Formats: sequence, structure tokens, C-alpha cells
Amino acid sequence: MMPILTAPTAPRRAAFARAASPGVVDETHDVILYLEGITVTFDGFRALNQLTLHIEVGELRCVIGPNGAGKTTMMDVVTGRTRPDRGAAFFGQNLDLTELSETEIALAGIGRKFQKPTVFERHTVRENLELALKGDRRVRRVLLGGLGSEDEGRIDGMLRRIHLAGEDSREAGLLSHGQKQWLEIGMLLVQEPQLLLLDEPVAGMTDEETERTAELIRSLAETHSLVVVEHDMAFIAQLGGRVTVLHEGSVLAEGSLDEVQENPRVIEVYLGR
Amino acid sequence: MRSLRPLLLALALLPSPRASGLDAAAVEGLGAEDSEEKIAAIRALVREGDPATLGLLKALSEEALAVSGGRVLRLDGERAFDAATGAEVVPAPPDRETVTVNNRVRRELEGAMAALRLLDPDPGVRLTAARELGDADDPELAPLLERALARETQADVRSILSLIAARSNLHSPDPSVRRGAVRALASSSDRAVVGLLQGSLDAAAEPDGGVREEARASLRLVESRLAAADVAGRLFSGISLGSILLLAALGLAITYGVMGVINMAHGELLMVGAYSAYVVQEAFARFFPHATEWYPVAAIPVGFGAAFAVGIAMERTVIRLLYGRPLETLLATWGLSLVLIQCARTFFGPNNVQVPNPSWMSGGIALAAGIVLPSNRIVIIAFSLGVLAVVWILLNRTRLGLFVRAVTQNRAMAGCVGVPTGRVDAMAFGLGAGIAGLGGVALSQIANVGPEMGQGYIVDSFLVVVLGGVGQLAGAVWAALALGVASKFLEASAGAVIAKILLLGIVVVVIRKRPQGLFAPKGRTAEG
Amino acid sequence: MAPRKSLAVRVLESTPRAGWLALGAFSLLFLGVLPALHLFTPAASRLHVSDLVITVGGKIMCYAVVAVALDLVWGYAGILSLGHGLFFALGGYAFGMYLMRSIGHEGVYQSDLPDFMVFLDWKKYPWFWTGTDHFLWALALVLVVPALLAFVFGLFAFSSRVRGVYLSIITQALTYAGMLFFFRNETGFGGNNGFTDFKRVLGFPITAPSTRAVLFMLSAALLGGTLVLGRYLVTSRVGRVLAAIRDEEPRVRFLGYDPLWYKLFVWTLSATLCAAAGALYVPQVGIINPSEMSPANSIEIAIWVAFGGRGTLVGPVLGASLVNLAKSWFTVAFPEVWPFFLGLLFILITLLLPRGVVGLATRLRRPRRPA
Repeated sequence: MMPILTAPTAPRRAAFARAASPGVVDETHDVILYLEGITVTFDGFRALNQLTLHIEVGELRCVIGPNGAGKTTMMDVVTGRTRPDRGAAFFGQNLDLTELSETEIALAGIGRKFQKPTVFERHTVRENLELALKGDRRVRRVLLGGLGSEDEGRIDGMLRRIHLAGEDSREAGLLSHGQKQWLEIGMLLVQEPQLLLLDEPVAGMTDEETERTAELIRSLAETHSLVVVEHDMAFIAQLGGRVTVLHEGSVLAEGSLDEVQENPRVIEVYLGR
Repeated sequence: MRSLRPLLLALALLPSPRASGLDAAAVEGLGAEDSEEKIAAIRALVREGDPATLGLLKALSEEALAVSGGRVLRLDGERAFDAATGAEVVPAPPDRETVTVNNRVRRELEGAMAALRLLDPDPGVRLTAARELGDADDPELAPLLERALARETQADVRSILSLIAARSNLHSPDPSVRRGAVRALASSSDRAVVGLLQGSLDAAAEPDGGVREEARASLRLVESRLAAADVAGRLFSGISLGSILLLAALGLAITYGVMGVINMAHGELLMVGAYSAYVVQEAFARFFPHATEWYPVAAIPVGFGAAFAVGIAMERTVIRLLYGRPLETLLATWGLSLVLIQCARTFFGPNNVQVPNPSWMSGGIALAAGIVLPSNRIVIIAFSLGVLAVVWILLNRTRLGLFVRAVTQNRAMAGCVGVPTGRVDAMAFGLGAGIAGLGGVALSQIANVGPEMGQGYIVDSFLVVVLGGVGQLAGAVWAALALGVASKFLEASAGAVIAKILLLGIVVVVIRKRPQGLFAPKGRTAEG
Repeated sequence: MAPRKSLAVRVLESTPRAGWLALGAFSLLFLGVLPALHLFTPAASRLHVSDLVITVGGKIMCYAVVAVALDLVWGYAGILSLGHGLFFALGGYAFGMYLMRSIGHEGVYQSDLPDFMVFLDWKKYPWFWTGTDHFLWALALVLVVPALLAFVFGLFAFSSRVRGVYLSIITQALTYAGMLFFFRNETGFGGNNGFTDFKRVLGFPITAPSTRAVLFMLSAALLGGTLVLGRYLVTSRVGRVLAAIRDEEPRVRFLGYDPLWYKLFVWTLSATLCAAAGALYVPQVGIINPSEMSPANSIEIAIWVAFGGRGTLVGPVLGASLVNLAKSWFTVAFPEVWPFFLGLLFILITLLLPRGVVGLATRLRRPRRPA
């Protein structure tokens, strides 16, 4: 359907176009996320400064950095919520993230979990997952098509995976904080994304919940590419994987956790001058 | 006015009026038996052109002239004066016979008197006389009119006389005279001239091509002048409407900005202010009759206070309890609106009440082309500017204002730093209500005051708030002005109803582009 | 994805058994007993159901449909429309055109044209009146025109980022503009007098008891059907998406749904239901004029829903009935000052019954949950 009015400004591009399928991501060259020279300025404040970062297919990358380092803004750029002033951002080889709308990016296979759990409090756990399930989002389809047994099976499987199998008819607002985080990860996973961005997934969790989450994420790393932003060093140690340190909008250091923790510049930034 | 012609002609032939004494023969003729002789005498007198003749002719028309022994006397009660010399005749002759006038003579008299009044020293009299000449377009009038014009110093009399002169010249057999007339008409700003000039455009009516050309040029000038006056008039109406919308919407903008409350009873706060003005006016009429001129000055604090009180009451009883639920507040305040309207109906009756303007607010300033700028509206524009200034000072230079702005921008943070948000809410609501009350006081001077008067202003006030955004006074000002002016200009071309519909459409379109209004707070704010 | 169950089964399952029982009782009463008592008992009998009851009952049922329609967009999709009266009135006007045509030559002026057109010195029907002497075309107008208007308006309103109270104000302004437009004589809908003096519908005299009874039954059927449809919708996947949009629209968008089309769907459906109700309302009340489009009317509709209980479907039916009955009672008991009590009622409802009558009943029935 052709847009009949000019679109509102970024990030949503065409207000009247149905959520389109922007194409399948090209993963043949091993890099799933490619950020080059990204710069974002808000009213004079430089949130991202020539940020350059590559994530490989199937990699689990942790991103750390002091507050204000640009971690959330980086995620905003990747999901299309914020447009960079300069630089290139690609999903796989072919999808230009600076051109697609938020919805299109979500449908292309990038899933993001926010810091604050934003599940639908008045819907049940099962309904939450059902809403997030990958499938045709158009009114007509949703109106006329029901959920097949295949879909129900997927939801059941996911419920088990996120440790919520017994809670499926409970209102999501009544879950504990940790359970809400899991539900949200579950909602992310049923969309079948290829790249997951997790923003502080264990914030506010108990130790036991943190461990279970680490386990969940590690299991995901086998089939997905992941970027995890966290402050909790113990959790990061549990995850394994390469670590990128951001500082003042650009990459300060990159390597294994040990390497990074011994880097003098990192120590200086974290412990102060 | 056919009878006027010879008289005016006669007047025109005279170089100047005689200073002293009237032609005795002519005066004597006034006392003649025969109507023809009377008429001839009247004309002769007019020919002399002495303004004193006016009194004489007036006396004749009132049948206050008498004849005694061949002498014409002017009677004043029991006294008699010589009509020609003005000297008193003592004793008044007892055998005098009143001079009678029949209809023919009377008509002649009226024409003569009008003609003479054109030369009266009093400009008001001249103006009336000029107006009485009205649509006269006889070419024979021209010489007289030119003469009167030559002596005439008063602008409004001049314009009427020149119009009549030109109009009569348009029919002159001489094309150069016609051309002169057409050229003279170019400087007119009278709407009637347009029709006149258009008559001269047609080849059948006007054989001379040169005259037609001149007429076209003159027409263009006159039409552009009239159009400019129209625009000025409409602009003024628009600004006037905008000033009222501002007063009506300013309070709403403040309450919405601070509390996020859309108050459907806002129109009733306007009504409270208007009725306050009514009560004050009645009180003055009853208790301070010598000072009724100044009742609006007293109505201002009373109107503010009454609306303020009602506003605080509303806030304390209903709105506070629904804090954080804007949609419910909307519905509850609708109920309040019904209650307030009913209260007004019960106390003041269902019909409109009269609130007369004091004399210093009556009348207006006349612009060209019959456009008048009413004084009451001018005063109201000034008043709204005053209120705006006071509100600005209040919001930007006082502590309360500081708190109000803080709460508007970030309620949670303001509460954290110790701003008493509850008190600020009440004060802000009261302030908003009070301003609405002032709007009502202003409205009482130009609109009908009745129980449902507020209903007509709600939708408009909301549109101003929606369009202008909250958080800055400038938004409300610009939005009110824009809506007022646009409304008046659209009305002129499309009619009141279509104008309203179009305005709604425009607001919807603007909101699409800038959902926070024209003057949205800038920068990244926390998602509301 | 093959649907698991057939549509009929899903509709059946959407309403709980108690609901079907209630619906059954309702149908029995309103589609059977009451009309029978109206038509087949003598006027003097104690069992006789009078004209008044039938007409007022039919009228209130039409209002109830509108209330349910508003609940669909407000309670389940989060759009508080304060202009729904416009769609109701438009449906009424569309059917009114057919009714005016049916007067034939029996108007005051004994002419082909309706009285108000003769009065305005018009010689023929304006273009938009063509075909309105055909029942089916009029029906089409009833269902299509308000829906079209709703669709276009919704497209503008929902695709902008206007939310909440601002949106409600815009809907108020919409109905206000509609009212002003229909007040004009030149618009061709009878000006401030509107349409009245109907004589017949589909050939049947409009004041005959049988016609009244049929209209009554149709109103009941519409109400029943609306409830079933509404229930099916809100328990379906679309309903869940709508509820999600109501609660957390940005999140829903982020999940890949386009809220615009979901909102437009329920909005247009709601408008069509209102229009149908309006079309049934007009022959029962015998008049339609622009005051039906007044902003006040639309706010009242929202009050019915709030009173009954937003987001419950049944609540609005209760709300519409109770408020209208109360209003009738107030106007008789306090003819001079009834708006005062109505206003007071509105204030108290919003203050004391945030979940409406249904919410109150639920709270009373269910014991408090352990903390």
C-alpha cells in the first residue's frame, strides 16, 4: 500500500506501509554485525564517537563500560531507534541498519531485551509469548488465522526453557522480577532472531537467578549471536566470550575478560585518575 | 431633490455671503400672499447666501413669521423683531397676521435650509447637510458643491461633498469634466464609488475612451484601498478574537501544563467571571450610581476572585482525587460543568442578562471605508496584553512561578527537591481558573452573558492548548492569535461553519507534524 | 497455519456458559415475551406492555449498542473517543433519508420533496439523496458512510503520534464540526429541525404496534449480536493484540505489529455498529436532528461506559440503561433542576466507581485476595 502522506521523521520510515520483510540477512561472510565509525551527537553531547565494532556469526560478546559510555546508544543505533550522524551499520553483509525502520529491523532478525522488563502485565505468560511469536503480523492474518498446534508446541517448549512452564496462565504482572526478565528473553526468542542484544539481563536478580540466566544464555550461544551489556563482572566471567570495553563513545579495549581487566587504560578509566 | 437645484445654483453664483442685513425686498416677499412670490423670495434669499437667512426660513417653516403693515416680523413668544434688520419692534403690533406655508413652499423651504446649512460655521451641521444631499447627482449642483468644497476644511464633509460633486460631474456633457471627475474619485475610500466607476467602464455608458482608461485606473486604486481597509478590519477582528481566546485558553494551558488535567468545566469558569461582572455592575448601579462608569475596574478583582475560589473548590474536591487519571478527570469535570451551569440557571435565571458597556468603552474608532474598530474590543485587547504581562511576571519572576514551571517540566523531580507539589497544584489551578474569570469579565463586555455561554468557548480553548503546546506562554499566545485571525479570514470567504471545520482540519494536520504542539519543550524528555 | 477450530466453535467458546444462558434469557424476554405481550394483550390488561415501554426499551437498547461499541475502542483498545455520537447520528440520518422519502406526498406541502426542501424553495433532491428511496441503498449508506468517515479520520488521527486526552479532544472537535455542518440549512439535511414526521418504513406504518414491536426486536437482536461479536473479538488474538496496544503501544510496535491497522479495524467496526444502532433508533424515536451530534451527547456515551464498567462489554449495557433511566426519572422528578443531579451523578460515578457497576459487583462477589 502506497503511503498517502509524507512519513514522520526517523526512525519510522513509512507510517502506512505494512511491516515489510526487508529480506534475509547474508551471513556467509562470518560477520553478523558491523559498525564502522558510528558517531551520534545529542544537542552537542557526543554519545558515540567513531565507534567501530564487529560481531561474528555465532559469537557471544560482552560489552562493558562506565555509565555514559554509550552502550545503550549503541544498541539504539543497531535497532534503528536512533540514527547515527555518521558511520555505517550493517546486519550481515546486506542489510543497512541506518535505512530500515525499527519494525523492519526487528523482523529482520535482531531482538533486543531492554533493561527494564517490559512484558504485558495484564496478559498471561502464555499470551505474552503468543504475541511475540514469529509470524505474520497483519490484522487480516491474525483475525482469521488461529494458532496451529505447531505454534502451541513452540510456546510450550519455550516455557520450559525459560523455567516458566507452571506459570503459563498467570498474569505477567504477578511474576517476580527475575521471572519477568526470563519471560522477556522468552518473548525475544520466539521471534527467532539471529542476533540478540541483551541490556543488563541480570539487573536486580538473585544469585541463583543470575546463574540460571547465565546457563540460559550460554545455551543460546550455540544457535544465536549475542551481545550482552552488563556491569556484573562475575556474571560476565560465567558467560565467557570476548569482552569489549566502551569509553566515552568509542572502543577502549577488546579481548578476553582477563586481558581486559589487566589493561592499564581500562584500570585507569574504571578506577579514576 | 429637485427643488434644490435652482437654490444651489443660486448659492453658487454668489461670491460670498453678505455680512450684515438681508435684502429687504426679498424679506418682504416672504410675507406675500402668493406662494409663487414666497418661493421667489426664498430663492432670492438663498442667492444672497447669508447664513442668517437660515433662522428666518426656519421661523417661516414654524409659522413664526407675521406680517403687519407690509412689514415682515419674526415672532419670538410675544415679542416681535423686524425680519430684515433684526431690530425689535416695540410694542409688538397687535394686528399682525401669521404667514402661512403650504406644502410646495414647505418643500422649497426644506431644500433652501439644507443648502444653506452647507455653509454653516458649525461642522456638525455641515456634515448633516452634506449627508442629506445623499445620492444627488445633478450636474447643476457641481458649481455650488465646488464652492462649498473650496471653503470646506472638515475632512468628512469634504469627502461627501467631493463624492457628490464627482458623481454629478460624471454626467457632464464635457468629457474633460468627466475625466476630472473620474480622477477625483480615485482618492475616495467610499464603497459606493466602486459602483460609480464601474458604470464608467462600459463603452455604452461612457463613449470617451480616455475617460474609460482613467476610470479603470481609478477603480483599481479605490478597490485596493477598500481591500486594504477590509483586511485591516478583519485583522483587527481576528486579533480581538485572538485576545479573547488567549484569556480563555491561558488558564487551561496552565492547568493542563501543571497537572495534565483537561478541565471540561473551564467554560463555566469563564461564565463565573462574566456573571461576576454582571453582579458588580448591578451593585454599582444600585449603590454607587455616580461611579457606574468604573464598574469594570471593580469587576476585575471580583471576577478573578470568584473564579479563583470556584477553581480551588473544584481542585480540592474533585480533581485532586482523580490525580493521574486524565480521562476520568475529563468526565468528572464534565459533571461539574453541568452542576455549575445549573447553579447559574437557578441563581440568575435561564435567560441572558444585560451587562452594559460603560461610556468610555462604547463607540469606536472609524477607519476609512466604513470600517469601525469598536472601543470595547480595543480595551479588551489591551486588557489581555496586561493580563499576559502579569502572568508572565508571575510565572517567571516569583517563587510560585518557579515552582509551577518546575512541576510542569518534571513533577517527580520537583517533588524530590522539596517543591510542595500539592500546594502548587492548587495554586496553579486557582490561577488558571482566575484567568478564565478575567476572560469572562472581558466577554461580558462584548458577548451575551447566560448560563451556557462557556460551552461555546471550550472547544476553541482546547484547540488553542493543543495547538500551542504547554510549558511556554508563547505557545498559547501564538496559537490564540493564529486561530483568531485565521478564523476571521476563513469566515469571510467560507462562512462561519465551514471556517470552523477547516480550522479543526488545520489543527489536526499541525498536530500530526508536531504532536506536542507548536511550542513543544525541546530536547529529550522522559517519556510521559 | 491451519485454524485449529472452526469459527463457529470459537465464537461459541468465547462466551462463558453463564453468558449464553443470560443471552438466552434476554432473547426469550425481548424477542418473545415482551413483543407478544405488547401485540396480543388488550390495552387494559395488567400484562399489557405499553407503547411507551416498547419505544423507550428499543431506544435504550440502541444506546446500549453504542455503549458496547465505545467499550470496544476504549476499554479494549485504549482509545477514548468523545465523538462516537457522530457515527450514531450519521447512521440515523442515512436511514432518515429513506424514511423521509417514504413520506411520499403526505407531507405538509403535498410535494415529492420533503417539507424542509420545499420550505427552502429547492426544486429537486441534491445529488447525495439519489437512490435513498430504495431500502437497500439506504442500508448500504448506513453501513458504509460512517465507516468511511471513521476510517479516514482514524487514518489521520492514529498515524500521528497524538495520544490520550489530545486525541479525545480532537474527537470532540470532530463531532462538534459535524453538528455545525448539519445545522446549516444548505447542507440538505433539514437544518436544525432535522428529519421528522415519518409515516412508514418498508411500507408498514411507522406508529403501528406491529412495526414498533419489530423494531424493538431488531434492536434486541442487534444488541445480542453485538455482545456476541464483541466477546469473540476481545478473546481472540486480535483482541489480545489490541489489549497490548492499549497497555504498552511502543512495545507492541517493537514486536513488529503495526498498531495503526489494528486500531483502524476496531475503530471502523465500532463506528459501523454505532451507525446500525442509529438507523434502528431513528424510526423508533421518530426524529433525528443535529443535536444528536452535540459534544455533550458523546460525552454522555462515555459516562455510560464508565458507569457500567469499562472493558467488560456487559457493563456498558448496564451503564447505558441505568443512566438513561435515571435521567428520565430526574427530568420528571426535578423538572427545573435535573441537570444538577445528572452532573452530580457523573462526578460521583467517576470518583467512587472507577471500575463501574460491574467492578463494584465483582469486588463484592470475590473475597479479597490474600496479599
